[in-house]
Amino acid sequence: MKRLECLRAIYDKLEGSLVVTIMGAVATELQSLGHKPNFFYLQHAMGLGSSTGLGLALCLPQQKVVVFDGDGSILMNLGGYSTMARYRPKNLVHVVFDNESLLSVGGFPTATSTGTDLEGVARAAGIPHNKTVKGLEEFTRAFNEAMRTNELTSIVAKVEAVGPSGYVTGLALLENRFQFKRYIENLK
Amino acid sequence: MPVSLANSGVLYQALKKCGIGLVSALPETWLVHLIRMAEDDPQMILVRLAKEEEGVGISAGAHFAGVKSAMLMQNHGFLASINGIVSFAQLYRIPLLMLISYRGHFGERDPWQTQGGGATEPLLRALGIPYSFLDDPAKVEKRIAEAQTWAYSSLHPAALLLTRELMWEEPAP
Repeated sequence: MKRLECLRAIYDKLEGSLVVTIMGAVATELQSLGHKPNFFYLQHAMGLGSSTGLGLALCLPQQKVVVFDGDGSILMNLGGYSTMARYRPKNLVHVVFDNESLLSVGGFPTATSTGTDLEGVARAAGIPHNKTVKGLEEFTRAFNEAMRTNELTSIVAKVEAVGPSGYVTGLALLENRFQFKRYIENLK
Repeated sequence: MPVSLANSGVLYQALKKCGIGLVSALPETWLVHLIRMAEDDPQMILVRLAKEEEGVGISAGAHFAGVKSAMLMQNHGFLASINGIVSFAQLYRIPLLMLISYRGHFGERDPWQTQGGGATEPLLRALGIPYSFLDDPAKVEKRIAEAQTWAYSSLHPAALLLTRELMWEEPAP
């Protein structure tokens, strides 16, 4: 299963949600499918994608928030699982694309390649709904279910360690940031 | 515990007056009363963190959501947050209001706090983060309001150092 296929399969379901991605392949690939003003790409600060989603979800409890995380990023902030679990916002869906690799820096294996089970970590941290998925259909079903369910959900999607050839896109970081904030302002 | 309850109350009321709706915190001795006040306030979203750097992401999310926030942490928590401050708050122009308890400075008896005490101001300066001191309860409200005003007009982190003078009531020998 490829990350890009996963994103393509659920792209239409992101409408109306606030979407936060981490840096690297997931940001570039989501943009390649078409940038939307409700997408924010955190192009550094590894580990803080989930924290940003948590802040949004707690401040906007009526708004669905989706975080696209990665194994390299979440491994830098495993405590973030425990903080999400502590407040368990019902409107937060956390997806980890686990390619067992720090792909964008040359493909160095992460600890998930040697057995660290992120679903197990999330469950033990207290996240109420957890699933690991390996196929596209299974991913799509799990994601759609998480979007329907009114419970904090963390999905670990095992994907191939392949990505785009480059990571810099035409969208300036600040343009994205101001557009995203403006989008939220206009929801009210 | 000789942490000043009265001055913690002054700080909390100042945060409320500034319209703070979310506080992230990691407990440390000087902050215990403040965190309890946030916890007892049904209007306040309190996020207890595992590590202070998470607070940068949470404050950024709150900012995007239109909620004013403050981060409560020890100076060692500031040290632990530096990548997030630089590669999120500064990179993306996020206003952060950081209230940092200034441990390890003159008067500190805990040896383990002293190295961080010496590093705090040089690091704030190196990062270009303006800061002022909260040392006089009569000036707390004004200084917090001014720091917040600057953080929002510049879209940049600002720091307030909570001093021993304000936070600690040393019992008479």
